[in-house]
Formats: sequence, structure tokens, C-alpha cells
Amino acid sequence: MDFSLSTEATAFRQEIKDVIALTYTPDRRGEHHRTGTFACPALYQELARRGLLERIVPGLGKGDPIELWILFNELEKASVPYDALSVILIVSAMVNRLGTDFQRERILASLISAKSYACLGYSEPGSGSDVASVSTRAVRDGDQWVINGSKMWTTMAHEADWILLLTRTDPTLPKHRGLTMFVLPMDTPGISVEPVWTIGSERTNATFFDDVRVGDEWVLGGLNKGWAAMGVGLTFERGVVGETNSGVPLLRHFRQWAEETGAAHDPAIRRQMAQTAIDNEVAKLLTQRSAWMAASGELPLVEGAMSKLFATAAYQKGVHWFQQRAGAAGLLRFGEDGAAAEGWIEYEGRHAPLCTIRGGTTEINRNIVAERHLGLPKCV
Amino acid sequence: MKVSLSEDQRAVEELFSEFFAKTSEPMVVRRAEPLGFDSELWSKLCALDAPAMGVAVEKGGGGAGLAELVVLGECVGRSVAPVPIIEHTVAVRALPEPSAELLAGDEVATIALQSVTGGLDWGLIPAGAVARTVVGPCDGATVAVSGEPPGVAPSNHACMPVAFRTFEHDTATKLGDSSVWSRALSEWQILTAASLVGIAAKSLDTGVEYVKAREQFGRPIGSFQAVQHGLADLPALIDGARLLTFKAAWAMDASDPTAPTTTDVDDNDVNDPISLALMAYLFAAEVAAQVTDRVLHYHGGYGFAAEYDIGLYYRRARGWPLVLGDPAAQYQRLADRLFGAVSTDDASRKR
Repeated sequence: MDFSLSTEATAFRQEIKDVIALTYTPDRRGEHHRTGTFACPALYQELARRGLLERIVPGLGKGDPIELWILFNELEKASVPYDALSVILIVSAMVNRLGTDFQRERILASLISAKSYACLGYSEPGSGSDVASVSTRAVRDGDQWVINGSKMWTTMAHEADWILLLTRTDPTLPKHRGLTMFVLPMDTPGISVEPVWTIGSERTNATFFDDVRVGDEWVLGGLNKGWAAMGVGLTFERGVVGETNSGVPLLRHFRQWAEETGAAHDPAIRRQMAQTAIDNEVAKLLTQRSAWMAASGELPLVEGAMSKLFATAAYQKGVHWFQQRAGAAGLLRFGEDGAAAEGWIEYEGRHAPLCTIRGGTTEINRNIVAERHLGLPKCV
Repeated sequence: MKVSLSEDQRAVEELFSEFFAKTSEPMVVRRAEPLGFDSELWSKLCALDAPAMGVAVEKGGGGAGLAELVVLGECVGRSVAPVPIIEHTVAVRALPEPSAELLAGDEVATIALQSVTGGLDWGLIPAGAVARTVVGPCDGATVAVSGEPPGVAPSNHACMPVAFRTFEHDTATKLGDSSVWSRALSEWQILTAASLVGIAAKSLDTGVEYVKAREQFGRPIGSFQAVQHGLADLPALIDGARLLTFKAAWAMDASDPTAPTTTDVDDNDVNDPISLALMAYLFAAEVAAQVTDRVLHYHGGYGFAAEYDIGLYYRRARGWPLVLGDPAAQYQRLADRLFGAVSTDDASRKR
């Protein structure tokens, strides 16, 4: 085994670090937490200007999964919000792969330049982990589709130009087969967005569709092929698009506070910091493995599930430890005098629960490992 | 970057996994208790030139790197083989001129793990019950001593051939400064981590087989989600421990003692082989303990019965690493390397 990065990958990593240093400043963080919109247009656009977003998307550029991993690894380590960017890239990859010439022309340029955002309309009030059960309906009416329903967790919908929308077009077919994906302009009449506020300061949304009328030109990947279209998105992510390195900034923030206060001299605290450093190394190696497998032409679905299971559990354990170790300073938010690590420790305590939920819950990932890796019988 | 075994490593894996599967069946492991050493198995292993495998070619060995030895270590763990090949390997690698007897495995060598000042009282020595030569630290130096091994071990948790030994000071041969022993200790940590990965991996296999076969309430217990989810957490731990162990071996094999090692824990960039060895040892010890605990549990009462193999793995998962002492001390060593050492005067400052 060889764990070193190639010269090219090392240079790519350095360039990402440079872009972050150039465009991400502490006042941006303040803005995210004030507005609830966790996105960094200046940073994303600088990546785009250098051709790095195009380069990441298979078909548009090199599409190297190792570079994809490096990009999100660096963003996450630097505590830069990366979700909005990951959706831009996922939708770009899907449109490029499945889209018509018309769709590619209309959508790709605005996304890949990071001038537009997209949002994912997958989950619904009644469909979360069981996403294939969506009930948002697209009904044929002449040469148009009429869409009615609602979507949850459509983060960035309030700023996005595009939504990827999973609908049910044929309720008579088995649930995975009657689904169709649309990619719609957000200004289509009948779409409305309501904020959903989270305990992590982040704004997400509920998006409603009332008699939204669109033509076939907005169907992505074919009629009743919505499930396969979702698979294309997953194939692009390959388990390396974030959520497995949150422990790195956690440890950095905590250590900064612990050294300022002298707590870093306490053996019990040093042990927990060392344990977190080990967990961070393991999380990195598991994700690095997925990236390497993807670069070798494999689809690391099970490996991605393993990385997420390990990394998110380890992160939540670390957050719990360090908030306790910070004592009362761990209660104080950004901007308060005496807040541990300027308020990061308190914030991580509110952010942590999300990690074992979004992008595939712990339970769904355990099902994947149990069935596909351990070969255990289907649950009753 | 390459996260799979090389062709050489694959060959090592094939050779030793087949070898131990045939020669170190649970019956053999049980028969070797309480000493934890099977001389017949050791002879068969010697016939494969395993004792000299990790010794440099110019010293008469097989020239294998630590990464190949990690592959061997995992095979040893999978079969909980009652042979001190890990201790022997790190000891002979530390000797400037290993004798023909040591290279052939006619004599066993080992490493003392406790650093003590002013003498050769090293506490409990792994493989000390069967090793003639012991490599250990002594007043800032690394020494080798020889003596007749007792051939019996104090009765212990994992039936390991450990022993307390006493040596005369003037029989010690100096091998170099303390860095010789430190390196051997890191190598022992890495190979022990590998063996613990083997213990964990084999235990999980055993657990999966068991829950598929065992029926309660009219169906295999492996079809219950509570059981599935308890097992589904384990592969990531095992794979993570294996990757970390290989990374430590890779860093150690590649390390140039004169070059500065780059470690920036704030950036999750750890390349220091000594830190990685500590990480691998500490993590693998936790993983092996957790995996064997959970798999034993899913056996129900039978897991507690001596007749079932999981008990052999459960005890060794705890015993093999514990001979180095309370892991708390190793966590502090790791913290010192990663975050900078703390002087004792500072310990209660400020807070």
C-alpha cells in the first residue's frame, strides 16, 4: 500500500488551500450564522474561475475521484460550508450525463461557474429514508406535466435557480419504477419556498408545488427512470463528498482553547484529544480508500457507508467530550466573551446531530453493510 | 496512492493464511494452553523460513519490509497461532548480527517492552517463557541478553508464554543507543496491531456465520435488525484498523531517520512513523476488544462456554496488547508527539 499523493494531486490540494485562504474570512462565518445561509459564493466562484469545478465533473473535465475527495476534504477541514457546492456538482454531473442538449446548454454553464445554486427535491414530509415512496405527483395533461406536492430539506432553495425534483409519474408501477426526475427553474409559476430553521443555525426549506405546469423539456433521464437518475448522483458522490472529516476542525478548535486556558496539560483531556486524532486518521483513511477505489473504476458503495458510519459516530463522541471538557465555556455562543474556541465548541454541539441523519442515516448505512457486505438475510 | 496489497504481499497472505488455517486450528490452540507455545507448529513455521523473513538479505534474512510482516501478523491473529513470531521478528531485526540459530528459529528471541532504569528487571516479557535472547533497554542504551528460558509461564488471561526473567548485568551486549529499542518497540506495536486486526476480522466472520445458523423465534437471529446493526458497525472499525496499521508500516518502511517527519495534526496530516505505530496499536486494541465482545455476546450463553472458539479470541484480544501495560500511558506518549510534551510543573497551571 502507498498512502502518498501524486505530485499532481499534491499541487491540486495546495491550490484548494490557496483558494480557501484567499476567499474565506471569519466575517463570512459570522454572516452564515446570522442569515442561516451556509454558502460561500466568493470561494465557489474562485474555484470555478480557475476551472477547478469543471475539472471535477466526469465528462466535463478529468473527473478524478481523488481530486473530488481532496476538494471536500480541504473544505471540511477548514470548516468551510460545502453543502451548496456539493449540490452544484451533483446536479452538474447528472445533467451532463443524463441531460438533453437543451438542458446542458441552459443549466450547466450557470452551475459550473457557481453563479447559480441548485437544490435537491428528494425528501418529502412523508418520505425520508424511504425516498422511493415519494408522493409528489406529475400528471400528464396534453403535452404538459402538472406537478403537485411538497419537498422537505430543500436547502438553498431560497437562493437556487434550479431544483432537482423527484416525482411519481406512474402510481400503478412498483414504487421504484414509477418515478421521474425533473430539473426545473425555480421561477416556474406555482413553486413556493418556506424556511425551516434548524438547531444548527442553518436555514433549510420546505418547497411546495401547486399546479406547476412544465413540458417534457424538463424531464431528466427519461420517463419513469427517476430511480436510475438518483443512482447517477450517488455514483458521482462515491462516498467522498464530505461528512467524514468533521473531527479535524473540532480537534483544532478545541485544542486552541485548551492551550489558551492550560486545559491541554490535563492528562485526561490529552487522552481524549489523542483518541480524537486517531479517529480522524482512521476516518481519513477510510475515505481515502473509497476515493482510490473509485479512481480504480470500482463503485465504493459499501465502503462509503462504512466511512460515514465510523466518521459520524466518532465526531459525535468527540463533540460530546469536548463540550464537557470546556465546561461552562462550552455553553457560550459565537461573539460571547469567554466562549470556548470563540463559540465553535457550542456550535459543534448543535451541528453534530445532523451528521448521522443527512445523506443516508446511520440505520440505512448499517442496512447496506449488513446486507451487502456481511451477507446477512433481509430483515423481517 | 494505492490502497491494496502488492503482488508480494498477496503471495505472503496466500502462503500464511493457508499455512495457519491447516496447522493452527482451534484444537491446536487449545492444546498449547496454558503455556501458549506449540513447538511443533513453531518448527513447521521455521521450515517456511518465517523467523528470518524480516531480516535484511545481507544479514542472511528474507529482506521483507514491515508491510509484508503486517500481512503475516494478521494471519497469526486470525488463527490466534501459539507461536511468538511477532516478538521473534522484531528482536532479530534489531540485532546487528543475528546468529544462524536465531535465523533458523532453533532459538527464539524476544523484546522487553518496559523501560526501566538501573537494571535489567523488565517486568513481564512477552514470549519470555520460551525465548533465549531478549532485546531490551538499559540506561539509555539497547542491549541483548541471553539465558535459559523457563519453559513455563505464570498462569494468565490469554495463555501467553510470558515470563519474568532476571539477567546478570555483565552478560549484556550493547546493540546501540536507545533508538534501536524504540524502533523495535514501534515495530512490535505495528505487528501486534496487525495480529489484533486478524483477531477482530476472524471473530466477525465467526459471528456472522453463527447468527446465520442460530435460530430463535423460528428464524435465524441474523435476520433481526438489532443483531444486524450491532454487527454492521464492526467492518468499518476492522478496515480502519487495518488501513492504519498498513499506513504505520508504510511510514516506517519509508522513513529516513535523518529526514524530519512532517506531522500537522491540525491539518490531519500525520506521517511520523512512531505516532502512527502508537495510533495503530491503540486503535487495533480497542477494535479487537469491541469486536470480540460483541460477537461473544451474539453467541448468547454458548459464547461464555469454553467449548466455543470465540472465547479463545476474546481473551487474546485483551491479553496480547496488555503486556505493554495500561494503554493510558501510550495515549500520553501519543499526545506528547502530536501536541507537544508537557512539563510536569505545568500540569496544574491556570485551570
